[in-house]
Amino acid sequence: MSLPSQIVQLLFSGITVGSIYALIALGFVVIYNVTGIINFAQGEFAVLGALIAVTLSQDTPIFGRAVKVTLDLPLPIAIVAAVLIVSVIGILLYELAIRPAKGASVVSLIIITIGASITLRGLALITWSTDPFRLPNFTVGAPLQIFGAFLILQNFWVIGAAAVILMLLFLFFERTMTGKALRACSINRLAARLMGIDINRMAMFSFALSAAIGAIAGIVITPSTFMGYDSGELLGLKGFVAAIMGGMDSAVGAVIGGLALGILEALGAGFISSAYKDAIAFVMLFLILAARLSGLLGASAKQQESGL
Amino acid sequence: MQGLSRHGNLIALVVLALVLAVLPIYLPNNYQVSILIFVGLNTILTVGLSLLMGYAGQISLGHAVFYGMGGYATGILAIRFGWSPLAAMSAAAMLTGLIAYCVGIPILRLRGNYLAMATLGLNVIFSLILSQQTDWTGGPNGLGNIPKLSIGKLSFTSDVQFYYLVWFAALGVLTLSLNIVNSRFGRALRAIHGSEVAAEMMGVDAGHYKTVVFALSAVYASIAGSLYAFWISLISPSVVSVNFSVELVVMVAIGGLASVWGAIFGAAAVTLLTEFLRNMLPQILSGASGEQEIIAFGLILMIIMIVLPEGLTTGTLRRLRRWRAERAAVKEIQESVEIMGAP
Repeated sequence: MSLPSQIVQLLFSGITVGSIYALIALGFVVIYNVTGIINFAQGEFAVLGALIAVTLSQDTPIFGRAVKVTLDLPLPIAIVAAVLIVSVIGILLYELAIRPAKGASVVSLIIITIGASITLRGLALITWSTDPFRLPNFTVGAPLQIFGAFLILQNFWVIGAAAVILMLLFLFFERTMTGKALRACSINRLAARLMGIDINRMAMFSFALSAAIGAIAGIVITPSTFMGYDSGELLGLKGFVAAIMGGMDSAVGAVIGGLALGILEALGAGFISSAYKDAIAFVMLFLILAARLSGLLGASAKQQESGL
Repeated sequence: MQGLSRHGNLIALVVLALVLAVLPIYLPNNYQVSILIFVGLNTILTVGLSLLMGYAGQISLGHAVFYGMGGYATGILAIRFGWSPLAAMSAAAMLTGLIAYCVGIPILRLRGNYLAMATLGLNVIFSLILSQQTDWTGGPNGLGNIPKLSIGKLSFTSDVQFYYLVWFAALGVLTLSLNIVNSRFGRALRAIHGSEVAAEMMGVDAGHYKTVVFALSAVYASIAGSLYAFWISLISPSVVSVNFSVELVVMVAIGGLASVWGAIFGAAAVTLLTEFLRNMLPQILSGASGEQEIIAFGLILMIIMIVLPEGLTTGTLRRLRRWRAERAAVKEIQESVEIMGAP
């Protein structure tokens, strides 16, 4: 493969993977801005979304292969159902674990969401055991060929999903009352409450929304990579890095961060070393945190830092 | 936990040492002894982490890194360079402490969520390096044939011998940490936990203290890692998993964030619970592979943090104290009412 086509290929796969990171980062950003919590269980939402969609749409052995689910719902219905179920899980997470711990310290909240992620992973393990699962491609067809690079159709779904969700979120936050209330919470929780916004409801809503986004991320990527009970850990970590790269406070930032991280990873894997691909995200994390601390990103970033 | 006085600490240490000394006599087989060795190793790790988390208020989700670093450095020095086990172990501890100090300077400037993620990132990078640098670390298979530990004419080959060695080290670490907590250094750490700004205003160099306690806890972890490597005579990347780092945080959280004694309780509780669940779960759930204990883990972690955010020991003690105080207050009111001659 010639160098230009290799670059196109790498860029395309970078943008695809980056879209997934972007979606997960969006989930982090939504919860963080409304509640001030980093939800370490974010990657688990993606796994649950994907595995539930698989279970609803194809014959799947669960509970240690003791039960076989043969619902065989059509894929679109299964996907919608999976996203809804994961949203409910998000709500339950907030109501059962986060809300009762009102006023807990940052360290306690971190440990709680870590506990939640372990619990969800354990539930996934019990339900689906260690088997890897895959969804069929959403559309059948030969890969597109551009500049000698082969572009798989499913990847367009992934990129499209990220673009559509970003657009919907934009409309939601700008044009609807609930969206504006959520934004009010992220600007000043106390003032929002004084304006009559039910901040508990908003927090619950942010968990539902970010669980749904996470689930969609998991579902669109599952046709191209295997999904198992423990895939959420790395997805969550990289989504977090993407969110930090985007500044943690805006949806657009999260998407740019996700795409940048995906492209860097793809280029790094292609030109430097594929073995250390996963390390790239964390090296980026350190660089960005160092830049933030030294005040490269301006006073606001620094101020935020001290508030954490 | 400010609960025990210096005198109380000494008595508790002696009692613990005596109990541990006679315990192997009553244990029927090596399996139990080996579990207690794990409890000892985890105690060394947890005591250090509780100094960092509970007293200095900093979270580390990458403590397994230093455990692995100690084990690997010991193994490499002993195998590749033919160092004597004790020299390898000391060098590994110093090296790990130094690395932790250097890493700690930038990283500990981060707070809360960012510090958690950064330490987690360190862990992921370190395990990647271990799996990739096959020439030095043996890659995914790990580093085998680590020689047994011998100090002078003493050589530690059987599990029971190792049991005594590990607990000797654990009690040493415990004693040192109890002294640190009750010293100027420990008070400075608590001040930082209370409020970093306030502590700095009082002349406490928060950055320095945080870095030193980070390095100290890394040295503890390194010692535990070396002992593990000598005992199992194999160290592999699985030892450095993120899961183990999380497990250590669980131990500290269960024991009580700011409690050296709680740390030993947390280490014992989690290690024994893990073993118990690993044995029991396959019987309860058909087809359970024994890995499912993590779900119980997650639930316990959440419940403890929600109900008793200060951990099992500290939280319960404080609740008990509050309850007693309330009861005393009620009694006092009743008495004063009686004195006033109310009907």
